[in-house]
Amino acid sequence: MATPAPPELAQVWHWLSQVPDPEIPAISLTDLGIIRDVQWQGDTLVVTVTPTYSGCPATTVINLDIEAALRSHGVEKLRLERRLSPPWTTDWITAEGRDKLRAYGIAPPVDGTAADGRLAGRIARLAGTSNLVIACPHCGSTATERVSQFGSTPCKASWRCTACLEPFDYFKCI
Amino acid sequence: MTGAAVAVDQAAYFDWLCRMGDNCLILGHRVSEWCGHSPVLEEDIALANTALDLIGQTQLWLGLAGEVEGKGRTADRLAYFRDAAQFRNVLLVERPNGDFGTTLMRQFLFDAWHMEMLRALQRSADPRVAEIAAKAAKEVAYHLERSADLVIRLGDGTEESHARMQKALDALYPYTGEMFLADAVDQAMAEAGIAPDPADLRAAWDRTVGQVMAEATLRLPDGSFQHRGGKTGRHTEALGFILADMQFLQRAYPGGVW
Ligand SMILES: [Zn+2]
Repeated sequence: MATPAPPELAQVWHWLSQVPDPEIPAISLTDLGIIRDVQWQGDTLVVTVTPTYSGCPATTVINLDIEAALRSHGVEKLRLERRLSPPWTTDWITAEGRDKLRAYGIAPPVDGTAADGRLAGRIARLAGTSNLVIACPHCGSTATERVSQFGSTPCKASWRCTACLEPFDYFKCI
Repeated sequence: MTGAAVAVDQAAYFDWLCRMGDNCLILGHRVSEWCGHSPVLEEDIALANTALDLIGQTQLWLGLAGEVEGKGRTADRLAYFRDAAQFRNVLLVERPNGDFGTTLMRQFLFDAWHMEMLRALQRSADPRVAEIAAKAAKEVAYHLERSADLVIRLGDGTEESHARMQKALDALYPYTGEMFLADAVDQAMAEAGIAPDPADLRAAWDRTVGQVMAEATLRLPDGSFQHRGGKTGRHTEALGFILADMQFLQRAYPGGVW
């Protein structure tokens, strides 16, 4: 009896693009850019995932969700691998993912604005003259200000809009 | 990937990895003690996120330590089943939280060192170390930015906040020297190209701390007396209380899982 051909990798990528991020279900794991590689090693499908933050509590759930999704599509032999390097960056969030974030009420990251551990930009920020412009995801106004660079999940900062007065999450750069 | 390419005494390497992991673990635990107790919600969230990053980094460092040791000990096993004398964190991170200002001062003094260390470790001869450092450095950059901001705001704040920050600095500064003291373990790591000589991090740390304290209008103590011992397992009584809290469940119900 002939065994059915294993699914094409493009098919697997498509399945993974349907798996929502457990903390921000508006975007998928592929939108987030954390699936680094998918390949067949013999008859085993190997999916390589990189964590967003070292301590992100969603990591375990993400692995379970990947496994459940692929098994539901008939993949039986499956292995998940963790890859740390190169470290995940918000630059890998897809254009489509950024649109979905905005529609969901989260301001997408402004590339190239991650903290770098040097203190040069701090004085400007303290003086309120930061050139980081974040548009309010609710009304589009750029009259916004940072409340805290830490937010409801490790990947987000807390901002507020001084035009519509709504608070919102900003997906901060890393 | 194996570490075989880097010729180094494996016992010293294990010890050094425990130092990295235990600094993150003990500080992460200390900071997590604030959860639900911070002065304002945003700070509660920021502290909890900082603790989470540090615990995540602990898993990476202690995970590698277990791998290098080669006796099948996992990060959890190392965190929950060692006694105080086997912990290798610097004394600074086990200092009690004190008030909010003391916690922030301890964080800043550590973050400024941590950032320099992680920057140097990205050039480690062991790619496993370099990749953990590259990952952690991105997170620690945010920790440092925040702790520096708050030390300045509170130092250059009200009379009350200024006095508290000066007191915190005076109390904690004598615990900072240990971060830059090299012993045989550090020398072995430096010779193997795995880690920098800790003394080499001092100049950059002095610069960062000096700049921030000047803006915070705080006076640096003379620093002639410095505590030491944590890196070799000689801890203050504070660590025992942390471990009693942190390890209780695994000690009472070994192997218990969620
Ligand atoms: Zn708005």
